[in-house]
Amino acid sequence: MKETNIEDPEYFHKVVDCQYACPAHTPVPEYIRLIAAQKYTEAYMINWESNVFPGVLGRTCDRPCEPACRRGRVEDEPVAICRLKRVAADNKGEVKHLMPQGPFKSNGKRIALIGGGPASLTVARDLAPLGYELHLYDEWGKGGGMMRTQIPAFRLPESVLDEEVNYILDMGVVTHFNTFVESMKEILDKDYDAVFVGTGAPKGRALELPGFKEAGENIHVGIEYLAAVAFEHKDKIGKNVIVLGGGNTAMDCCRTSKRIGGEEVTVVVRSPRKDMKASPWEIEDAEREDITILNNMPPKEFIVEDGVLKGMLFGKVRAEYDENGKRKLIPTGEPDVFIPADDVIIAIGQDNSFPWIERDLGIEFGKWDLPKVDELTFQSTRENVFFGGDAAFGPENVITAVAHGHHAAVSIDLFCNGENIHDRPSPITNLVSQKMGIHEWTYDNAIAHDLRFKVPHEDKAISLKDRKVEVELGFDEQLGFKEAQRCLNCDVQTIFTSNLCIECDACVDVCPTDCITFTHNGEEEDLRTRLSAPAENKTQDLYVSGVLPATPRIMIKDEDVCLHCGLCAERCPTAAWDMKKYLYNTAKTYL
Amino acid sequence: MSYVKPKFHHPSLKPNKVGYNKADYEGVISTLCAGCGHDSISGAIVQACYEISLEPHRLAKLSGIGCSSKTPTYFLSNSHGFNSVHGRMPSITTGANMANRDLIYLGVSGDGDTASIGMGQFVHAIRRNLNMVYIVMNNGCYGLTKGQDSATADFGSISKAGESNPYQGIDLAGLALELNATFVGRSFSGDKNQLVPMIKAAMAHPGFAFLDVISPCVTFNNNKTSTRSYSHVRAHIESTSIFDFVPEQDEIRVDYPEGKSAEVELFDGSKIHLSKLAPDWNPTDRFSAVNRLHEAKSRGQILTGLYYINTESKDLHEMMNTVDTPLNTLQQKDLCPGNSKLQSINKTFR
Ligand SMILES: Cc1cc2nc3c(=O)[nH]c(=O)nc-3n(C[C@H](O)[C@H](O)[C@H](O)COP(=O)(O)OP(=O)(O)OC[C@H]3O[C@@H](n4cnc5c(N)ncnc54)[C@H](O)[C@@H]3O)c2cc1C
Ligand SMILES: Cc1ncc(C[n+]2csc(CCOP(=O)(O)OP(=O)(O)O)c2C)c(N)n1
Ligand code: SF4
Ligand code: SF4
Ligand code: SF4
Ligand SMILES: [Mg+2]
Repeated sequence: MKETNIEDPEYFHKVVDCQYACPAHTPVPEYIRLIAAQKYTEAYMINWESNVFPGVLGRTCDRPCEPACRRGRVEDEPVAICRLKRVAADNKGEVKHLMPQGPFKSNGKRIALIGGGPASLTVARDLAPLGYELHLYDEWGKGGGMMRTQIPAFRLPESVLDEEVNYILDMGVVTHFNTFVESMKEILDKDYDAVFVGTGAPKGRALELPGFKEAGENIHVGIEYLAAVAFEHKDKIGKNVIVLGGGNTAMDCCRTSKRIGGEEVTVVVRSPRKDMKASPWEIEDAEREDITILNNMPPKEFIVEDGVLKGMLFGKVRAEYDENGKRKLIPTGEPDVFIPADDVIIAIGQDNSFPWIERDLGIEFGKWDLPKVDELTFQSTRENVFFGGDAAFGPENVITAVAHGHHAAVSIDLFCNGENIHDRPSPITNLVSQKMGIHEWTYDNAIAHDLRFKVPHEDKAISLKDRKVEVELGFDEQLGFKEAQRCLNCDVQTIFTSNLCIECDACVDVCPTDCITFTHNGEEEDLRTRLSAPAENKTQDLYVSGVLPATPRIMIKDEDVCLHCGLCAERCPTAAWDMKKYLYNTAKTYL
Repeated sequence: MSYVKPKFHHPSLKPNKVGYNKADYEGVISTLCAGCGHDSISGAIVQACYEISLEPHRLAKLSGIGCSSKTPTYFLSNSHGFNSVHGRMPSITTGANMANRDLIYLGVSGDGDTASIGMGQFVHAIRRNLNMVYIVMNNGCYGLTKGQDSATADFGSISKAGESNPYQGIDLAGLALELNATFVGRSFSGDKNQLVPMIKAAMAHPGFAFLDVISPCVTFNNNKTSTRSYSHVRAHIESTSIFDFVPEQDEIRVDYPEGKSAEVELFDGSKIHLSKLAPDWNPTDRFSAVNRLHEAKSRGQILTGLYYINTESKDLHEMMNTVDTPLNTLQQKDLCPGNSKLQSINKTFR
């Protein structure tokens, strides 16, 4: 193998598993250490710079970081990264003065942002400090997009959302609320220097089975239903409710129904439990609220008597998978099942919808009527129009929308300055030794087995009565500290200097997880089998040194389950190992 | 400064046949100087015991005084242990072994502990062919007392103190050969590929198994002018053979070059596989070993690997014809034949 190039900013970035997995590359271990040190304000600001909505995301993020967390590879469960973010948001002090302060000197450029969700808001935050005049259009009366219209208040209190949306709007964004943009052409005619489309995927799918038309008002489309409840256009539902679908929208619909009159709320899913799209914790929360989830039951018919919806008929299937893992649902032959219902909510997916973009403006559309968007620059086929968030590649989540927003803001800024938008700025990185003295480190390197702590919940009797009562109470400071201590500090890197090594093997012997090997070089395939412990996880890199001074061997470190405990560096007599903190920040427009 | 080693282990390292992970063979975190060769030997002992699936309670570790003699604290926390007096490890081991022949005895000593104050005890343990593994962690100095030259320091070697050693060094492995020890080898703390199988073979040997392991003292004797420094040893090392230990039930894994390979079967059915690197050397011929050792030395080389094994070894219990039952478990009824037997014996004298 070739010697590892640790100058490549992505090498150590990859070792920080959580940060690497986070679409916005939030420096997770850095903020977790700050939480442990009770520096909540600082922890909040690190988050705010990367992910813009720490209070929102600390409650609702899809948390792609957690399955990536190293703790999950050496113990059972990952660090509760997401809920720790909330600890920072809940306990922070005054933060506004730490954010870029307006009024900003105008640079004479005007940008239109269509849609007021996290994608557009991120673009606004990144561009406002540079003096852009930003015009934000949204059909609703307040900003936030689906964070406001879809995510129910019992998961995300309105006050938390308002606070973080306002930090951005207060930077001098010109808002055009209650304005549904009917024509892209009209926007373009206003001579904006660039237009960003962050309109999400606002169309819920319906399911026109027999009886659909007759059932009329008692059939609801999930995302329309949630928006109606959020804006208090709807505050009641029947006693018996069926929710169709197995994703997170279905979970929000059933839990909302439980709070506005639903007594027997049943979620019916076509597919088996393990194929459900909803996050495990959302399913768990729904079941805790006595919601029944039935699997392997495809819907067949709405049963309507005398113009009144009575319920639904479901078939019964079992799943079979072929050798490629492709699923087939096969009827079991059992009789159909009737489930009574006063209301049915259809939550089986959402689509993009661009009826308002005229097709003769040079903005091309491809498959599924999605716009053709460059994955790096977020530029459409019309050079001054950019897309991001759910509008770009279909429904994802808030953190992905934020990440898109950052990239699009960089592009828009380059574009407005007449620069090549493919010339992306490099990330800002920093590598600093954590040594404070002999065997003393700036970080707490003692690692112990500690199972993940559970977030306390509000009493069910209270939270089910009022849809605005937040279910999760969040970690208090003490639990937050304990959970923060589970973090393995993966950003504190083991740095090897081969010409200092005397090959005494001390590091090899002390390493608790057998990460280090001194051996003869070879091909990666072969090397992976010849290490102190076989390196079977190929998604994790091997750190390979140059040839050592005393023998023709090399040092190989398997990054996979390194605990970042620093013992190798403590036991090395020559300081050939050092523990250095690696900070990685994706380039943003105003940093 | 870390005082505890995390209890995590690599998920691809599975428990051994008796259900223990490698970490179960470790001790507390070492307090020796970072980089001390002794820690590597501890690591090799841990590795060997894990690989042979030793049940930790089947082993007793004994030592004298010195940095080397401290190491039993850093391995096999779940085994029996006795940290004795300077140079007295062999007699304590003799006593323990006499009382309970069922344990595996692992004696750990230093070159000071063995070649100076403990020399008398050492040679008598060899003479008796006591069933034990005797490891000398040989750094050519008294590490614990700040690095004075020991009796094994080579003539002319200059330690960190800066004085050239005016005395001839004692070659403990050569001495063991001379005294007819039944298993003799030398290794290097920095060569686990060789050391681990040698420890395993030594444990399987019924009788006195001596391992002289060169183990640099990183603090007092690792300067370029010392013949026990990492760099000097690496530059002058050569070995008798490529060595593998194959437990009784296991398949032989390594393919050795035709013609040069040898196999030595041990008492318990396990085998030592050797791919000879030294011509005119036969592991079961003591004279060839002595010659080979002197020849390497005359070229300024450090010969490692197995030197000699006596496959007919009879240990002290066998020589003394003691009962198979450990003496410490014999009850009064086993030891005292009773009055009628006494009377009948007495009768024979009348
Ligand atoms: C029920 C539900 C629950 C969810 N829960 C979570 C969760 O817990 N965590 C998570 O990370 N993600 C969640 N999501 C997904 C998340 O809300 C979206 O991925 C995210 O909000 C997308 O952001 P965006 O900026 O692309 O667009 P959106 O947030 O969708 O915002 C777009 C805005 O543009 C408006 N708009 C659309 N067209 C026009 C137009 N022509 N003119 C003016 N305005 C227009 C829309 O009304 C909307 O306000 C959930 C989604 C749903 C449906
Ligand atoms: C009876 C007695 N005499 C002297 C000492 C002082 N002393 C302690 S350790 C040691 C030498 C240890 O050398 P070695 O066995 O080579 O161990 P190392 O520290 O080098 O591993 C001496 C002389 C002692 N502890 N007890
Ligand atoms: S920091 Fe060093 S000793 Fe600790 S697990 Fe990683 S490689 Fe091993
Ligand atoms: S502890 Fe240091 S000197 Fe010793 S082998 Fe490891 S890196 Fe090299
Ligand atoms: S003094 Fe020498 S022998 Fe003792 S621990 Fe330190 S390096 Fe090892
Ligand atoms: Mg010594």
